[in-house]
Amino acid sequence: MSSLDGKEPPPPQMNIERVSLSFGGVKALTDISFNIYPSTIQAIIGPNGAGKTSLLNCISGLYKPRQGRILFEGTHDLVRLAPHRIARLGVARSFQNIELFRHMSVLDNLMLGRHVHMKSGVFSGGLYWGFAQREEIQHREFVEHVIDLLEIQHIRKNTVGSLAYGLQKRVELGRALAMNPRLLLLDEPMAGMNSEEKEDMARFVLDISEEWRTTIVLIEHDMGVVMDISDRVAVLDFGKLIGEGTPEEIRVNPLVIEAYLGREHGEAMPA
Amino acid sequence: MQSGIFHTQYAGDMSMRPTWPMRWRIVVVILFVLLFPWSADRYWLTLANQIGIAAIGAIGLNILVGFTGQISIGHGGFLAVGAYSAGLLATRAGLPMWLSVPLASLTTAVVGAFFGLPSARLKGLYLAIATLAAQEIIIWLLTHGDVIGIAESLSLPQPTLFGLDLTANGATDFSFYWIILVCLAGTVIFTSNLFRSRAGRAFVAIRDQDIAAQVIGVDLVRYKLLAFATSSFFAGLAGALTAHYRGIISWERFTVDVSILYLSMIIIGGLGSVSGSIYGAAFITLLPALLNNIGRAMGDTIPQINIYLPYVQQGAFGLAIVLFLILEPEGIVKLWRDVKDYFRLWPFSY
Ligand SMILES: Nc1ncnc2c1ncn2[C@@H]1O[C@H](COP(=O)(O)OP(=O)(O)OP(=O)(O)O)[C@@H](O)[C@H]1O
Ligand SMILES: [Mg+2]
Repeated sequence: MSSLDGKEPPPPQMNIERVSLSFGGVKALTDISFNIYPSTIQAIIGPNGAGKTSLLNCISGLYKPRQGRILFEGTHDLVRLAPHRIARLGVARSFQNIELFRHMSVLDNLMLGRHVHMKSGVFSGGLYWGFAQREEIQHREFVEHVIDLLEIQHIRKNTVGSLAYGLQKRVELGRALAMNPRLLLLDEPMAGMNSEEKEDMARFVLDISEEWRTTIVLIEHDMGVVMDISDRVAVLDFGKLIGEGTPEEIRVNPLVIEAYLGREHGEAMPA
Repeated sequence: MQSGIFHTQYAGDMSMRPTWPMRWRIVVVILFVLLFPWSADRYWLTLANQIGIAAIGAIGLNILVGFTGQISIGHGGFLAVGAYSAGLLATRAGLPMWLSVPLASLTTAVVGAFFGLPSARLKGLYLAIATLAAQEIIIWLLTHGDVIGIAESLSLPQPTLFGLDLTANGATDFSFYWIILVCLAGTVIFTSNLFRSRAGRAFVAIRDQDIAAQVIGVDLVRYKLLAFATSSFFAGLAGALTAHYRGIISWERFTVDVSILYLSMIIIGGLGSVSGSIYGAAFITLLPALLNNIGRAMGDTIPQINIYLPYVQQGAFGLAIVLFLILEPEGIVKLWRDVKDYFRLWPFSY
C-alpha cells in the first residue's frame, strides 16, 4: 500500500518540529518531531490520553504549542495562524466527538465545507439573484460529488442531529471533504462503529487517498485497520513520540511493543 | 397520500418556495395585506404600522440572537440610534426621507458593529451584559443631549416622499402603511435570502458549533461583527421609520424595556425564524391593545377597575408570555407548523 516503496521520498508536506504543549502541570506533548509526506496515509496511534487529539488540535490551530513549529508546505508556520487561516490553506478535519452543525441539514453542513472556496457576503447573499445564486449552484455540484462518494444521497435533506451516529460520522467526513483539502485530519473516524460501518469508512478513506491524492492523518485505535491502510505510523505515549515508521517497522519496534504489552496483550489497543 | 417532491435541477431544488400549497398561502397573505388598509380605520392602521415596524426590528434582532446565537439586550439602543440619525439627517442636513432612512440604517449598522466588538471575547451572559452596557451608554448620550448637541426630544419635518405630502387629508397612517410594508417585504426577502447563502450559513454555524465553524474557515470575529452590523441595520431601519412616522422622538421610547420587549417577540415567535419574528411582533403589539380593550369593556361595569388596570395589564402580559414559554417553548412558528402538519395529512392523521 505504501506509495513510497522503492522511491526517493518527496519533500514532506508537513514538518512537525519539536512541538511541546502543556496544560498547567500536565505535559500533553513533549518535543514531538516527525514529517508527513504528500498523498500518504499517516496514522497516529497511542493509548488513551497519549496526546493524539492534542497534536491534531495544534495542527488545526485550536491549541497553541508552548514551543516548536509546524511547517505546512514549507512556508507556513501553523503555530502562528488562527484556525480559519489554516483552513484556508487547505487543512480540514473531523473531530473525535462529532462536531457538526446539528440543527442544519446535511446539505447545509456540506455547503459550509465550501465556505472558504465561496465569495458572496451578507450583501450579495441577501440580494441572492445573480452572483450568490450562481455560486450556490456551482458549489452544490461539488457537494453532490461528495454526497455520491460517501453514499449519503438518501439523507441530504435530513437534519444532522436526527441521524444515527455512524451516519453523522460520515457527514462529518463529508464536510471536511467538501473543503477539497490538501491535508485531511481524521480523529477516530471509526470509533464506536460496528464492523460493517468500519469497513465502509476504511473504504472511503482509501478511496479519498487514491482518487483525490489527499494526504490523510488518521487517529485510530483499531490496530487491524491501522496496519492495513496506513503508509506510515506515529506512536505517542504519555505525550512522547516513541516510534515512527512504516507499519512493518512499528510492528517490531521494541519501545512500541513494550508500551502496548505493558497494558494489554498483543496488538489489541484499549478502545 | 403525499409523495416526496422531486426536482430535476439544483436551482429548482434550492428555490425558496417549492410547493403549490405554499404559493397559494402566499397569494392569500399578499391579497390580505393589499386589501386591508382600504377597509381598516385609523386605529387598526396604527396597530398594523406598529406591527410592521416591530417586525422589521424583530427580524433584525433574530438575525443576531436566533440565527447567530449572540445575545443582545441593546436592541432598544440601536433603534434609538436609527431614530435619532434619521431625525438629525432630516432636520440638520435637510435630507429627504428616501435618503435619511437608508443612511440612518447604515449609521446604525456601523454603531452596532462597534458595540458588537465585545463579542470577540465574550459569550452568553457576559455578552448580554456588555450589550446592556451599550444600551445604557446610548441612552445616557441621548439624555445628556448637550454632549452631542441635541435636545431631549426631536421634531421631524412633515414627511414627504418624492415630493408627495404623506400627511395630506390626514392620511399619514395610510401612506406609512405602504412605506412600512415595502420595507418589511424587503427585510423579509433579504433575510430569507441571506440564510440560504454563504454568509447566513456561517452565522448559523457560529450559533451551532463555533469551534467547528472556525475549523472550516469561518473568521469568527469578522462574522460576529457582520451579524451585529446586519442586525443593527434593521434596528436602524425600524427606528428611522418610527421617527418619520411619529414625527417626534424622545429617548423614553428606546429604553431597556424596549430591548426586552423585542427579545420577547423573537422568543415567543420563534428563535431563528423570519416568519416567527413577524408573529412575535404581532403578538407583543396586539396583546396590550387587547388587554386595553378588555379593561375598558370591564371598566363600564366595574368602575373601580380603572385604578388597578395598569397593574392587571402588566401582570397579564407577563403571565401570557410565561405561559407561552412553558406551553410552546419553540414559539408560534412551531405551533403553526403543528397545525399545518395536522391538516396536511387530514383526515388520515395517523
Ligand atoms: N483542553 C484541555 N485542558 C486540559 N487538559 C487537556 C486538554 N486537552 C487535553 N488535555 C490533556 O492532555 C492529555 C492528552 O489528551 P488527548 O486528548 O490529546 O489524548 P488522546 O491521545 O487524544 O486520548 P484519547 O485516545 O482518549 O482520545 C490528557 O492528559 C488530557 O487530559
Ligand atoms: Mg483523542
